[in-house]
Amino acid sequence: MVNAIAFLPELVLSVGALALFGLALSNADVRRARLVAACTAAGVFLCTVATLWHRAILFHGAYSVDQFSQLIKLIIALGYLAVVLISGELPDVRPELKPEYFLFVTLSVAGLVALVSAVELITIVVCLELVSLPLYALVAMRRERAGWRGQMEAAIKYVVFGTTATGLTLFGISCLYGLTGSTALAELVQRLPPLMHSPVAVVGLGLAVAGLFYKLAAFPFHFWTPDVYQGGPNQTAALIASLPKIGAVAVLVRFAGLAGPGNGHLVLVLSVFAVCSMLYGNLIALVQRDLKRLFGFSAIAHAGYALIGLAVLGQEGYTAALFHVISYAVMVLACFAVICRVAREGENLNLEDLAGLWQRAPLLGATLLVGVFGLAGVPPLAGFMGKLLLLKSALAQGYLVLFFTALVNTVIAIYYYLQIIREAFFREPGARPLIELDTPTRLLCTALMAVTILLGIAPGWLLDQLSACTKIALLSVGGNGL
Amino acid sequence: MELVENPSQVPLLSLLIFAPLCAAVAVLLLRRERAVRWWALGFTLAEALAALGLLFKFDPSVAGFQLVERARWIPWLGASYALGVDGVSLWLVLLTVGLLPLCVLCSWRQIQHRVKEFMVCLLVLESALIGVFCALDAILFFVFWEAVLIPMSLVIGVWGGARRVYAAIKFFVYTMAGSLFLLGAVIALYQYARTFSIPELMQQKYGLAFQVWIFLALAIAFGVKVPMFPLHTWLPAAHVEAPTAGSVLLASVLLKMGTYGFVRFCLSVTADAARLFAPWMVGLSVIAILYGGLVALAQTDLKRLVAYSSIGHMGFATLGIFVLNRSGLDGALLVMLSHGITTGALFIAVGVVYERLHTRELAHVAGLGKSMPMFTMLLGVFALASLAFPGTNNFVGEFLVLAGTFAWAREWAGPGWTMLVLLTIPGLVVAAAYNLRMLQKVAFGSASNPNHSGVRDLGLRELVTLLPLCALVVWIGLNPGPFMRAWHASVEWLIQRF
Repeated sequence: MVNAIAFLPELVLSVGALALFGLALSNADVRRARLVAACTAAGVFLCTVATLWHRAILFHGAYSVDQFSQLIKLIIALGYLAVVLISGELPDVRPELKPEYFLFVTLSVAGLVALVSAVELITIVVCLELVSLPLYALVAMRRERAGWRGQMEAAIKYVVFGTTATGLTLFGISCLYGLTGSTALAELVQRLPPLMHSPVAVVGLGLAVAGLFYKLAAFPFHFWTPDVYQGGPNQTAALIASLPKIGAVAVLVRFAGLAGPGNGHLVLVLSVFAVCSMLYGNLIALVQRDLKRLFGFSAIAHAGYALIGLAVLGQEGYTAALFHVISYAVMVLACFAVICRVAREGENLNLEDLAGLWQRAPLLGATLLVGVFGLAGVPPLAGFMGKLLLLKSALAQGYLVLFFTALVNTVIAIYYYLQIIREAFFREPGARPLIELDTPTRLLCTALMAVTILLGIAPGWLLDQLSACTKIALLSVGGNGL
Repeated sequence: MELVENPSQVPLLSLLIFAPLCAAVAVLLLRRERAVRWWALGFTLAEALAALGLLFKFDPSVAGFQLVERARWIPWLGASYALGVDGVSLWLVLLTVGLLPLCVLCSWRQIQHRVKEFMVCLLVLESALIGVFCALDAILFFVFWEAVLIPMSLVIGVWGGARRVYAAIKFFVYTMAGSLFLLGAVIALYQYARTFSIPELMQQKYGLAFQVWIFLALAIAFGVKVPMFPLHTWLPAAHVEAPTAGSVLLASVLLKMGTYGFVRFCLSVTADAARLFAPWMVGLSVIAILYGGLVALAQTDLKRLVAYSSIGHMGFATLGIFVLNRSGLDGALLVMLSHGITTGALFIAVGVVYERLHTRELAHVAGLGKSMPMFTMLLGVFALASLAFPGTNNFVGEFLVLAGTFAWAREWAGPGWTMLVLLTIPGLVVAAAYNLRMLQKVAFGSASNPNHSGVRDLGLRELVTLLPLCALVVWIGLNPGPFMRAWHASVEWLIQRF
């Protein structure tokens, strides 16, 4: 019975998904589907709060409910609620598919929630697929326009790259299994470190995390990002940009325990990926005009920052990476909330379409200001705190190259973030219409702004929790990567 | 160095920092423009009065930080919430709160659209600026330091002149790039000293090689802000395009953040490296004095002229700091204060002219003396102060800086350095030239002046804005003692290392 309670958030999600499935069969109104999804999100949130202090190992050791998983689930539940609110009336999704849209969002979130608890390699792969498959469909759900089928191109790219990444992950897992004879993280962590000198172990571990790198949009698994952002509906891009990254980093932290401290090869590989991600993302973002594409490249750069924390291979770095990716999700959701409201018909926005935004809708202007400056890493916003933690952890280990690359990249990134601010604040709106906001949007925008500022000026509580949690995550897989 | 806790129950510094933020939220709730203006004026005046309380609680005999407030902030990171003032920061805090009501007043007519948002920006800016001067924790300092950027670039970019977008973006990119050096230095200092507390960082001993790197990073970060030659190129654009209140705050307070950083970090934390690099910094300062003056001399736009004169004046401030002796540092601090007063006043005066004639071209504003006698008289006082005429505030400061500089040149005993330092004298002459040229043009003009007979003289609001500054110019000029006494002990403590 105790175990059933520990599994409550997942059960609520399943029930919600079933309800949405029923609605989808009955061709229900989009608003009702949204309401059900929002209720599911609230239910998941409450259940996660209720099970925050539960500890359980389920399904023969494949599924661990611990403080780490529950905290991340809590954050994912809140993000899920935000994504549902951002979705609005789904102006750009084919009308007959609107209830299905929320069904797939819910299924994808269910995958994420399961992913952060998974402590067995096959389970992790299954959860990753549960996250990915609905997302493929969500990208393709965009309404067709005359002569433009970008959503199909994006979906195909997403599927092809996704399957490749999964294939690599499975290959890596087979290497690890062949070496150690186990797929449970708890056993791997005891058997793998002595074998880390062998190339097969390093390659196996490196390939096993490919699927997570793909979700994180980190170099060299980043190619899909800008196209999928651009081709998919704005609401889907908001989901893809935010929640899966939190899940990916959370599982990467569990994986990192396998490497053990001071693994030179792994540090080198992760550092190279981090540097490439940052430079590639930021430099290409400089010349983008399509707003979602710009955020796509910025996502690659931010994945690079997160990799810094992982490359440190220590608890301080993992905490920093988690904090960074959580604050990134909040800020990017703030930006996408604005994009979804400015694009009334769900069209793709160019930078010029933001012109005079703060006069057309002051609240959206303020939200964009906080979100974009947050992403740029200007204090007192959340993005700054994340970067500060990452930089500090990199310098503490003496990784000067990572430290300076991150600093230089922050400067490069300012320029394109300022392009957004320039359009939204320094340009006159011209003939562009005023934007009316409904109450949920107002609440959402205010909440996202408040969280971004709060994480920037008072990150103490979350940091303490995350740091305690990463410790537990490393212990729960039996790791000594402290 | 001792830290004196705040003796009373009232956390005065926290109040001063966070009250403007609360006031900004209150502004958002107001509906009418008139109400917004009066509320902003009333609040900033009240804040200035409350800040005067600092003067009574401040003990000038203490070298260390006073009115210290401490609280837990982010223990996991090692950062704590710590505030305090010493002699160096006291007058900068007072300068900031004193200028804010004048900024509200001088935007009374100039800012006509989006008044509410403008006042919010000003109030947030006030809060961040006070925070910079009071922060005793390096992370807190950096947060306030950067928090200044967002409202300031909005003030320039939204309410500025014709090329405002260019100026705002340039300002933001330039200063943010500069301050990342500061961030890097702060994190590196933490790795060495395991603390972010500024008083502890000041007392730590560091190796020379480490100090050199830290000093260079800090010098770039603060040098951009001051701005020191050759990092000054953002300044003319930003100052000229900003609305009057923005220019006043930029010139009078934001530039002081740079020199304040030099005094707070470079002189104490990296003292050995400061001694090593002092000649170079002196050289750059002398170049700034000459360069700022010569370029100002060539300007035909009134606001550009004042903007470039700032580069020269700030050159005196950095010169005084890096000669590393008492009279130099005394002078530098006085120049910082005086420049805040006179340049602020000059920008307000330029704004007065611009509101009436909608041009700042010297040729078009010539000969205002006839129709605006009162304005011309005040402009005369400020122009004389700007050229460091005896009896005005700048004279005392620049004289002390020069006295310190010559003492430094004698100690170093190199004829080359003496020659370099002697170049400040033509700098003074050039300052006299461009100020008198401006005054002559604006007051008397030439034989063929445009017709200004319909132009009103100063109204009551403008008089109220300019007269306090005029009084301060004369007061500091004739009796600088009480002002300087406040930082006496702190300067003594800073200088004992050299």
